Amino acid sequence: MSTASHPSPTPTLGGAAARHTSAARTASMAQALNSALRDSLREDPTVHVLGEDVGALGGVFRITDGLTAEFGADRCLDTPLAEAGILGTAIGMAMYGLRPVVEMQFDAFAYPALEQLFSHVAKMRNRTAGRLPLPITVRIPYGGGIGGVEHHSDASEAYYTSTPGLHVVTPGTVADAYGLLRASIASDDPVVFLEPKRLYWGKAEFDPAAPVEPIGRAVLRRTGTSAVLITYGPSLPVCLEAAEAAQAEGWDLAVLDLRTLVPFDDETVTRVVRSIGRAVVVHEASGFGGTGAEIAARVTERCFHHLAAPVLRVTGFDIPYPPPMLEHHHLPGVDRILDAVARLQWED
Amino acid sequence: MTVLDHRHHTGVPGWMPGATAPRTDPAPLLPDVSPVRVLGTPALEKHDPALLRELYRRLVVGRRYNQQATTLTKQGRLAVYPASTGQEACQIAAALVLGERDWLFPSYRDTLAVVSRGVDPLEALTLLRGNAHTGYDPRASRTAPLCTPLGTQAPHAVGLAHAARLRGEPVVALAMLGDGGTSEGDFHEALNFAAVLRAPVVFLVQNNGYAISVPLSAQSAAPSLAHKAVGYGMPGRLVDGNDAPALHSVLTEAVERARAGGGPTLVEALTYRIEAHTNADDATRYRTEPEVDAWREHDPILLMDRALRELHLLDDGLAQDAADEAEALAARMRAEFHADPELDPMALFTHVYAEPTPQLREQAAQLSAELAAEAEVQH
Repeated sequence: MSTASHPSPTPTLGGAAARHTSAARTASMAQALNSALRDSLREDPTVHVLGEDVGALGGVFRITDGLTAEFGADRCLDTPLAEAGILGTAIGMAMYGLRPVVEMQFDAFAYPALEQLFSHVAKMRNRTAGRLPLPITVRIPYGGGIGGVEHHSDASEAYYTSTPGLHVVTPGTVADAYGLLRASIASDDPVVFLEPKRLYWGKAEFDPAAPVEPIGRAVLRRTGTSAVLITYGPSLPVCLEAAEAAQAEGWDLAVLDLRTLVPFDDETVTRVVRSIGRAVVVHEASGFGGTGAEIAARVTERCFHHLAAPVLRVTGFDIPYPPPMLEHHHLPGVDRILDAVARLQWED
Repeated sequence: MTVLDHRHHTGVPGWMPGATAPRTDPAPLLPDVSPVRVLGTPALEKHDPALLRELYRRLVVGRRYNQQATTLTKQGRLAVYPASTGQEACQIAAALVLGERDWLFPSYRDTLAVVSRGVDPLEALTLLRGNAHTGYDPRASRTAPLCTPLGTQAPHAVGLAHAARLRGEPVVALAMLGDGGTSEGDFHEALNFAAVLRAPVVFLVQNNGYAISVPLSAQSAAPSLAHKAVGYGMPGRLVDGNDAPALHSVLTEAVERARAGGGPTLVEALTYRIEAHTNADDATRYRTEPEVDAWREHDPILLMDRALRELHLLDDGLAQDAADEAEALAARMRAEFHADPELDPMALFTHVYAEPTPQLREQAAQLSAELAAEAEVQH
């Protein structure tokens, strides 16, 4: 993996990229994340995991499975049930030179910690003129599609992307889950690491030793000439499915996986959109004031004369996350994406 | 020396909350609202005379620091100054009880504690001058940035102390809070985490009676703020926060206990904010002149002066030495704050991330062009 190319002025305590001898294997995203935590804990004694139920239980999604058994409770700590306290404690640990990895149990359960995140984690480097960087990774399972009851399915990325000082990373593949989490833990900047919980159990072949693109780079998952679907995290498989289905309509759709929302890869996005001329942004979070609005604006500002149609957005509705029996109406699906593609002014 | 050692003392000053209804609860963890350590008791003689003189000298210098900073605000040299006038004993004691490797976690009203820790006033006051958020090096001074969101620095102290303990290093963290801050959720979570983790932390609550305008009676129904310790399973200590030697003793015991692995302590220091909340506040709207006058009679410097002279530990010469040192500090502050600070607009982009993002580079270029255009116009 290529964490070494991630901006880092000083040698990080997390060390360089992992070069593991373990061969390629089939794993779920949950297992890949578990491997990333395990390898980080093994290689860097300053890495500490803390959160609710991360110990004997291994986390409600089993992402920390076996870590306390292998590294002890000091390295993988079951905390009291208080998210602001967890993150606030992690801040103090980072001030003393440790590299905490915090698990928030669910997206909406992270909200009590937002003050610590916004007022301290995001700002501490800036507040201290670079003297007190906080290399903290905040892992948050996010998004819907798993039949969760209320408060268990929020796509909350816009809160984080609109807070300067945070990096916001969200993998859409098993390989990225491993590689980007390793890079996030090794980063000297705080990272909000958003894990698409509906992709936790999907399996793929991946090799921990194989490099992935660094934080801050978008990757073209599928080439195409008609239009590009710009997406990330939980919506990536939906977009790939839509691109497959679009062939029957005669459209050759590209799919661009952002992987990192902050820093945003303007360069790759601009290059791809200019070469294709039509773009749809897809995410499951609400549209108003959402990440897609920012992306559509940036693309329009930079690619106006290359666009054959306005940049469209396919997002969740501007509603509180619905009850599980209704969530499929809210989440962008293949049909809604193809409807948007159809509206890209093909006749002109 | 804790209030518990003096629980049978009967000379409870009338200004003290709960003075009319002292608790008699025998539970060992329970702090007693009555009585607090009162100057003039024989216990004062047990203190090291050198320490008593040191406390006196620092109190005098600290008072002058508060006065000068307040004056600088009136002259427009500071944007705002939340004075700790009247609370100097808390500020001085908090800094004095810590060793060089220990960490202080101050709030925005605690710049005197930061200066007492050895940070230059010019660096300690950048936040309130308005030229930089944190002017000092937190790592070098083992002093966290002044914290404005109330109570949120408390869990940081816990985490730092926990990390030090994990590394086997005998470091103690002391978090400074106010009475209003104890209502915040972060205060609760910090105390709970500290007790569960057995972290070497001391929480010092300066109960100055008011959270801006709201009196303690509207803030908490607890018999004392120190009582809150009981629910977390840690000792609570209530002490006269204007009695510098008493507070120094209580804090020293708490620090030593933490360092020895005994876990956290909550200390409530009863004090009073003589000045308004800040220069932008009007304290006459919510408190009376007789109340303020009563506290002026219980001033930490006045009490110290009186007690030391009774013990023949202070004469006019020593008092003059302290006054001279205070004037020298004030003169230095006037001189240093008279000059406008140097500002670098381009530094706005330097420390947002380890490396600026491509977007920040673009924005820095924009500001740079704007500055160049401004300079052009001025020529």
